[in-house]
Amino acid sequence: MRIGSAKQTYAADEAIFKTNVQRAWFGALVALLILFPFVSSDYWQLLACLIAVNVIAATGLMILTGFTGLVSLGHAAFMGVGAYTAAYLSNHFALPFWLTIPAGGFAAAAVGAIFGIPSLRVKGLYLALTTIAASFILQSIFFNWTAVTGGARGLTIEPASIFGNALVTPGAIYWIAMPIAALTIWWARNLLRTRVGRAFVAIRDRDVSAELLGIDLLRYKLMSFALASFYAGMAGAVWVYLFRVITPESFRLIESIFFVAAIIVGGLGSVRGAIFGAVFMTLVPELLKIGASDLAPYWPDAVKLLSPVRTIVFGALIVGFLMFEPLGLNEICQRTRQRFALWPFRT
Amino acid sequence: MNPAFLDFIEFSLSGLSVGALYALTGIGFVVVYKATRIINFAIGEFMMIGAYFFFGLAAQAALPNWAAIILALIAAGTVGGFLERLIFRRLIGESAISVFMVTIGLASIMVGLVEIAWTADPRSLPTFLPDKPFFVPLGSAEAFLASKNGWSFIIVAAIMAAFITVFRFWRGGIALRATAADQQAAYSVGINVPGVFSFAWILGAITAAAAGILVGSISGISSAMGAIGLSVIVVVIVGGLDSLAGALVGGLMIGWLESMASLYIGGEYKQVATFVILLLVLVVKPYGLFGTRDIERL
Repeated sequence: MRIGSAKQTYAADEAIFKTNVQRAWFGALVALLILFPFVSSDYWQLLACLIAVNVIAATGLMILTGFTGLVSLGHAAFMGVGAYTAAYLSNHFALPFWLTIPAGGFAAAAVGAIFGIPSLRVKGLYLALTTIAASFILQSIFFNWTAVTGGARGLTIEPASIFGNALVTPGAIYWIAMPIAALTIWWARNLLRTRVGRAFVAIRDRDVSAELLGIDLLRYKLMSFALASFYAGMAGAVWVYLFRVITPESFRLIESIFFVAAIIVGGLGSVRGAIFGAVFMTLVPELLKIGASDLAPYWPDAVKLLSPVRTIVFGALIVGFLMFEPLGLNEICQRTRQRFALWPFRT
Repeated sequence: MNPAFLDFIEFSLSGLSVGALYALTGIGFVVVYKATRIINFAIGEFMMIGAYFFFGLAAQAALPNWAAIILALIAAGTVGGFLERLIFRRLIGESAISVFMVTIGLASIMVGLVEIAWTADPRSLPTFLPDKPFFVPLGSAEAFLASKNGWSFIIVAAIMAAFITVFRFWRGGIALRATAADQQAAYSVGINVPGVFSFAWILGAITAAAAGILVGSISGISSAMGAIGLSVIVVVIVGGLDSLAGALVGGLMIGWLESMASLYIGGEYKQVATFVILLLVLVVKPYGLFGTRDIERL
């Protein structure tokens, strides 16, 4: 709550940017994102693309888990559906990326809606387990439907091209990944200000009450699953153009757990949380890697310990945030802002 | 004797012996769930640390097998008790999903620690089971059952019998069942409910560790062996999360079905078959075969 910002209309209350300071910061962020590829190395551009992909997928999962309250541990598998669809359409029909990426989203949405059907019958942890089942069943399809997925050997895909120029480097893919990430965040943010978004939140808070209020649970739960999977599918399709090789190994249960961990660490129940979480959880392993290679000259075991330490840090972040900061990075950010906004008063 | 039928019998026997281990681990899960309503996704990792403790004590510290087993079980129980006291007791009242995610995080931490202590390479446990295979007479032929599988089946049966006796007659077992039935009522008749929580975690960890040692002695250990936990989760869902009998029946059933799937469809479809069964059970009977139905009030 800011001092001296009493709202006088509902429109003002629902506005995304409430003050000019916020608009200025947002402008600075946009400028930074546009300038970024011109001043960074290939490595950081690749990382930025990966972050963009993870942000898209995490935003989708946030709609499903953070707003509708349905936990999914199959998100990476839906990402895989989008990835394979985009690769198949590109390889067999030579469709351009601006068609295959949405097509990947729609294919994943259809599959997601099918696996969302048990959510009508079971909820909470049981639902989490049915989505694990979805994850394994899709994984098995990726492995065994060799005609489409290339089986265990996987597929390779031609680079995306625009006006005949192939987009090969991460710096080029950045111009696909980042705008899509921005677009999907914008959709998600606006979705929550509509009837559909409020219906999702009502279902999360108490599904029985929501149904009594006239919200069609069947329709909205499936819609939430389809929407989340659509995001995952788009993320998967962008991912394919980034790496241009795809194997079933890329979409295992652990990747799905990664996305749930990302939105928990970021802060459940806010789009900003999804962004924070995806950025943070993508960067932490990379920072550990950099730290390990910096330590290696003085302590030869550092590189060998990297993989177990990453596993431990991943688990410790989940446990630590759930125990000590259940609202995640978003809450830390809000608290810090509050402190500055109210200074010199104590919060 | 028809060889196809002999195959069927042999696969059934080995499937049932794997199923018995699922059932034992499932019991470690159900005990914790009954008392505390926590879904312990780290159950496979509890098996793993039990097996690695045994490996460390028997193969590396060169203790006699019986002493190593006892110490490994005690160590696993201590880990379970500590985790309950330090983490899960503070999470009482948090949403079930958060606690579930905490167990996923713990699983990851345990895998990392084991990899630091013993590296990720697969190891084999010292043998402590007799190695004379079982031959089940079957008309003119004999069905073969590997010794380790047969003995672990017998050991599991003995542990199960002990469990049922404890739950039926011992005060602590009755206190646990009372807490499971109604926490408030258990408090008001003077049962130490937090104590029951600790006890359930210790017991669950010991049971899982025992299963882990048996699994490890059959197929070796590695830091990825916690993946068995997924099959165990399917077992307890099919059986009903809060039912010991359900874990027993579900374990034998899933073990047998996995074995049948690898005989008739192919080994790579084993896990998929399990999860298809899970989906079917959840759609038809969401609370499992023997689980208690939750009734929701507004």
